[in-house]
Amino acid sequence: MSYTRRDTLLIGLGASAAAMLPIGALADVAGDIAAFTGGAAVGEGGITLTAPEIAENGNTVPVEVSAPGAVSILVLAEGNPTPAVATFNFGPLAGAQMASTRIRLAKTQKVTAIAKMADGSFVQASSEVKVTIGGCGG
Amino acid sequence: MADNVTPRVRVPKSASAGEVISIKTLISHIMESGQRKDGDGNLIPRSIINRFTCDFNGQNVIDVTLEPAISTNPYFEFQSTVPEAGTFTFTWYDDDGSVYTDTKDITVG
Repeated sequence: MSYTRRDTLLIGLGASAAAMLPIGALADVAGDIAAFTGGAAVGEGGITLTAPEIAENGNTVPVEVSAPGAVSILVLAEGNPTPAVATFNFGPLAGAQMASTRIRLAKTQKVTAIAKMADGSFVQASSEVKVTIGGCGG
Repeated sequence: MADNVTPRVRVPKSASAGEVISIKTLISHIMESGQRKDGDGNLIPRSIINRFTCDFNGQNVIDVTLEPAISTNPYFEFQSTVPEAGTFTFTWYDDDGSVYTDTKDITVG
């Protein structure tokens, strides 16, 4: 099969469009993380993210974050149209640096929580959640 | 103002001084994400609660920033220290400027 000049152009356009999409979403995630950490390195450990392995309904996925000694915790869902989910800021009376809530997930994806510790360091934890029915309408 | 917004909060009636208690809150709210389309293909504008705070006697316990990825009827469970008897104040801030509040008293004994 031989490609005409027009076919080649179209294929090229399609390929670059396909390549652009995930890069756009990833850049958004990186931007959200950078805005939260100020570009600081993010370590591991000291934070727990509890999410189900399989969520039948992406409209309400229960998640719990816990990071003893954290000042604030950012939750991100990388496969959502807007990756930011919530930011928990803990006040002086917080009994434990934990919170649980219910979130929407558009599709099977990795959920990430990043905690800012009292000493200014950052730690993160991730969890892969399989979603059977996406939760962003359509 | 969104329709039928009712905050519901569960706090123990009493605690011992310095005890850490668990608080559960729920508020009925549609949390329209701004991603959905109606039957004619038009985007339904975003309408969510964008901030939730809990204070005890004027001191902050938790301050949450909500994004459209929070489910309908936002639910939160968190923990608070109770240094003395007093009042918990819960505040939700809507995109349209409405503010919903609820208060719960707790005794120390």
